Amino acid sequence: MTEFLNSPLGILALTVAQALALLVPVLIAVAYLTWAERKVLAAMQLRKGPNVVGPFGLLQPFADAIKMLMKETIIPSGASRLLFMAAPMLTFTLAMLAWAVIPVNDGWAIADINVGVLYLFAISSLGVYGIIIAGWASNSKYAFLGALRSAAQMVSYEVSIGFVIVTVLLCVGSLNLTEIVRAQENLWFFIPLFPMFVIFFISALAETNRAPFDLPEGESELVAGFFVEYSSMSFALFFLGEYANMILMSALCVILFMGGWLPPISIEPFTWIPGPVWFALKVALVLFFFLWSRATFPRYRYDQLMRLGWKVFLPFSLLWLVLTAGFLKLTGLLPA
Amino acid sequence: MTTLDRFARSFLLTEIVGGMMLTLRQMFRPKATINYPHEKSPLSPRFKGEHGLRRYPNGEERCIACKLCEAVCPALAITIEAEPRDDGSRRTTRYDIDMTKCIYCGLCEEACPVDAIVEGPNLEFAVENREELMYDKERLLANGDRWEPVLAERLRLDAPYR
Repeated sequence: MTEFLNSPLGILALTVAQALALLVPVLIAVAYLTWAERKVLAAMQLRKGPNVVGPFGLLQPFADAIKMLMKETIIPSGASRLLFMAAPMLTFTLAMLAWAVIPVNDGWAIADINVGVLYLFAISSLGVYGIIIAGWASNSKYAFLGALRSAAQMVSYEVSIGFVIVTVLLCVGSLNLTEIVRAQENLWFFIPLFPMFVIFFISALAETNRAPFDLPEGESELVAGFFVEYSSMSFALFFLGEYANMILMSALCVILFMGGWLPPISIEPFTWIPGPVWFALKVALVLFFFLWSRATFPRYRYDQLMRLGWKVFLPFSLLWLVLTAGFLKLTGLLPA
Repeated sequence: MTTLDRFARSFLLTEIVGGMMLTLRQMFRPKATINYPHEKSPLSPRFKGEHGLRRYPNGEERCIACKLCEAVCPALAITIEAEPRDDGSRRTTRYDIDMTKCIYCGLCEEACPVDAIVEGPNLEFAVENREELMYDKERLLANGDRWEPVLAERLRLDAPYR
């Protein structure tokens, strides 16, 4: 057995198994995130939400998935066929790829690389390509406008996310996500770095194109933004990618600020619950905040969005970064 | 001072948090949804639904073919043809309502001197093709027979206001 696992084929099989063990729960979580979104929004609007398909409407995501699969794939006549089909695949693949470095438990990351944060940052930046390609290849003005808005928005907020991450890195002294969580053994970072936590969460909303920053999708003005022309499975891939990105950003939030798989207090009843469960619970909490803000806030105007990103978050996070660095240096807490 | 106040408010996200608490409170309030096919909202006795032709308790049809409903119908949905019957009474030979033309204004039942044509409480008469919505006399009489207890009760409740 050990011999097989050390052979190239064995390593491949093991990696595939690990990837499936992570991605299948992620995809199920995506399915139930759509269900939870409809339920939470409904509850906040005094409605009931899906409750017909299965108990509490729990089979609704699967009914939707089957519906999507049955639909006809329509490629607009003016579209660039190859790119049109490649864009949703790219978006979905990138959304899945990023999960490779996420440590669900101590040492459970598929790729425990020491540049984990950089990897995540690179992958989430690449996500813009899926959107731009989709908007351009559709050969439709609505899709193109949606794509441009989306790209500009994601690039703007990535800057402040970058500073937030750098602040956390200063406190940890490592780019490895597992190390970042281990550094929070005694104190979760959202307590000392609370303003950065808030900025990170809001930027994550903008980064994943969620309400109140859902301008690229702009249901009431741009129809559906960059994926107006998509139907059937190619649409579903965008949808899955978008929701997987939401979960990814929540996971990143949990890793950077909320102590990953660590229990809130390291004493008896809390330590009985295994790490992955804590991780999932925390991710679910952050996701609830995503849905909650969608139910609460009206959409930002585009110039307000840009003002918030460049004129508020960027200077503020830069200032806080310098303050944190100075504080760590003066108190001698700066990790080697 | 006001600038400072506004600055503090926007940076401490007071209004954002206030808004979020509002939606959170709404979340635990009872739902306004009615589980439609299982639960139904109450209908007024004046509700104007599917039409029916009523009969007298002895089984004789009420309609005397005065054609007032046909004349008053603003959508021209009603078509009536009449002939004296063997016993000399005046009765319709044809009473059609095109339900695709009908605007459910209720003028036909207002016009009827004998309470023969009425609009009932039934609103669930969706069908799969157009032809099924061309109601003839037989269909209308059947509707009247089916809903008679309800129709009589509705007329009784509405009588004081007529």
